[in-house]
Amino acid sequence: MIQKQFKNTAEAIADIHDGATLLVGGFGGSGLPSQLIAALVEQGAKNLTVVSNNIGAVSDGVAALISNNQVKKIICSFPVGPHADDLIARLQNGTIELEISPQGTLAERIRAGGAGVPAFYTPTAAHTELGEGKETRMFNGRLHVLEHAITGDYAFIKGHRADRWGNLVYNKTQRNFNPVMATAAKVTIAEVDEIVEVGDLDPENIATQSVYVHRLVKLQTEPEGRVVVNG
Amino acid sequence: MVKDELKIGWSKIELASRVAQDLEDGWFVNLGIGIPTLVADVIPEGREIILHSENGLLGLGPKPEPGEEDMDLVNAGKEPITLKPGGSFFSQSDSFAMIRGGHLDAAVLGAFQVSMYGDLASWKLPNKPLGRVGGAMDLTVGAKRVFLCMQHTSKGVPKIVEKCTYPLTAPRCVDRIYTDLAVIDVTDEGLIVQELAPGVTFEYLQEHTAASLKNHTTGLAQGETAQ
Repeated sequence: MIQKQFKNTAEAIADIHDGATLLVGGFGGSGLPSQLIAALVEQGAKNLTVVSNNIGAVSDGVAALISNNQVKKIICSFPVGPHADDLIARLQNGTIELEISPQGTLAERIRAGGAGVPAFYTPTAAHTELGEGKETRMFNGRLHVLEHAITGDYAFIKGHRADRWGNLVYNKTQRNFNPVMATAAKVTIAEVDEIVEVGDLDPENIATQSVYVHRLVKLQTEPEGRVVVNG
Repeated sequence: MVKDELKIGWSKIELASRVAQDLEDGWFVNLGIGIPTLVADVIPEGREIILHSENGLLGLGPKPEPGEEDMDLVNAGKEPITLKPGGSFFSQSDSFAMIRGGHLDAAVLGAFQVSMYGDLASWKLPNKPLGRVGGAMDLTVGAKRVFLCMQHTSKGVPKIVEKCTYPLTAPRCVDRIYTDLAVIDVTDEGLIVQELAPGVTFEYLQEHTAASLKNHTTGLAQGETAQ
C-alpha cells in the first residue's frame, strides 16, 4: 500500500544533505511551506542552492535559511522586502550568490526541468542586464535568449488537501509556484492542512498529481496570520 | 515649489481612474505593483474588464471589506483582494503562459524611467544593492499593450527622458504613459501629449519632462509657433 505520510516535518526533511538544491513554493507568505523551512533551519543542512520567487517578504520563508547561514546561492525574481537585510549583508561580504531570473522565465525554467526540456528560448530579458552573457538567437525578427532548465534535489510544497497517494488541491492563490515546483524535484515534500482517503478528492480539482509527490506531512497547527508586506 | 506641485494634476486614485477609463470592455488586463494596483478599485460601472494577477488569478476584484481578508487570496503585491464571479486560480506556469503567450490585452505597470522611444526601466535603481524584476520583463514582452501609470517626476527629477540611464526592463515596449500630470502616447513620431491633468499647462509639462513633447492639438514641439 502506498504510504507517503511522514510523522512530522523533521522526519520528512531529515535526509537533506549539504549542497542540495531546494525548490521552495509560495508567493510571499501565500502558499509558503513555512513549517518545512522551520524544520530545515533546525536540521541545519548547509551550502544549499535555493530556488524561490520571493526572498525577504516574510521572516519564516527562505530568509530564515539565509539568516541561519545555510544558503550559498539564491535563484529568484524578487529578492527584496523587509526581511532581506541578511541577504544584502551576505551579498556584500561575498558569502552568498544571487541569480535574478524574470518571474515568467523562472516558472518556465522549472516547468522545463520537470518536463525534461533542457533549455528554451524566450524574448524576455533580451537587450537587458539579465540577458547579458546568454546565448541568443533571432526568431521572427526578434532577439531571444537561451534559458536553462532548473531541477531540484528537493521541493518544498504547500498544499491545502492531499490524499494518501499524494494528489494535491490548493486553496486560492496559495497555488502559485507549488504545482510547477512539485514536478521538478527528485524528492517533492508537501505540507498540507489535511490528508484524506484516496477517492475523496474531486479528480477535476486535483492540481498536482500523485506522481510528483513523494512525501506528505500534515500540519499540526494552523499557521499564524502574517503582516501584509510587499516583497 | 513642492506645495505648488501638489495643487495641480491628478491624485493617485484619480490617475488610476483615468487609466481605467481607457480599458475596454472585454479586455484581459494585468496590474503591476504600486499605483496600478488601485485600478482594480475604480473600474467603470457596467464594463467587464477581467483583471489578471501574476501570482495566478484571473478575475481579480476590489479590496475586501475590513475583517474579510484572506491571506491565501492576494494580488501581485501580496495584498488581500477578492475574486469576482467567473474568476479562477492557476499555477505560475499557466499565469506566465497567459502573459508571455500574448493573451493579455494590456499590462498597467509602474516605472523608474521611460524613454522617448518607449524603453522602460523599472526593476533596478543604480543606488540600490538589489534589483527586483518580478514579472515586469515578461509583461513588457508579452502583453499586447503596455501602459505606464506613474508619478511624472521622482523628487522633482523627470522620469520621462531621452535615454534611460537605469537598467532596462525591455526596449521599445511602452505604448502609453499616464502620469499625475498628463496622458502621453509613445509613437514613431515621438511623445505625443493627448491630455493634460487639471491645472497643468503644456509648458509646465515640458519643463518637468526630459524629452521633447508634442501637443496633440497642434503637433508642434515646444518653442515652435503655429503658422
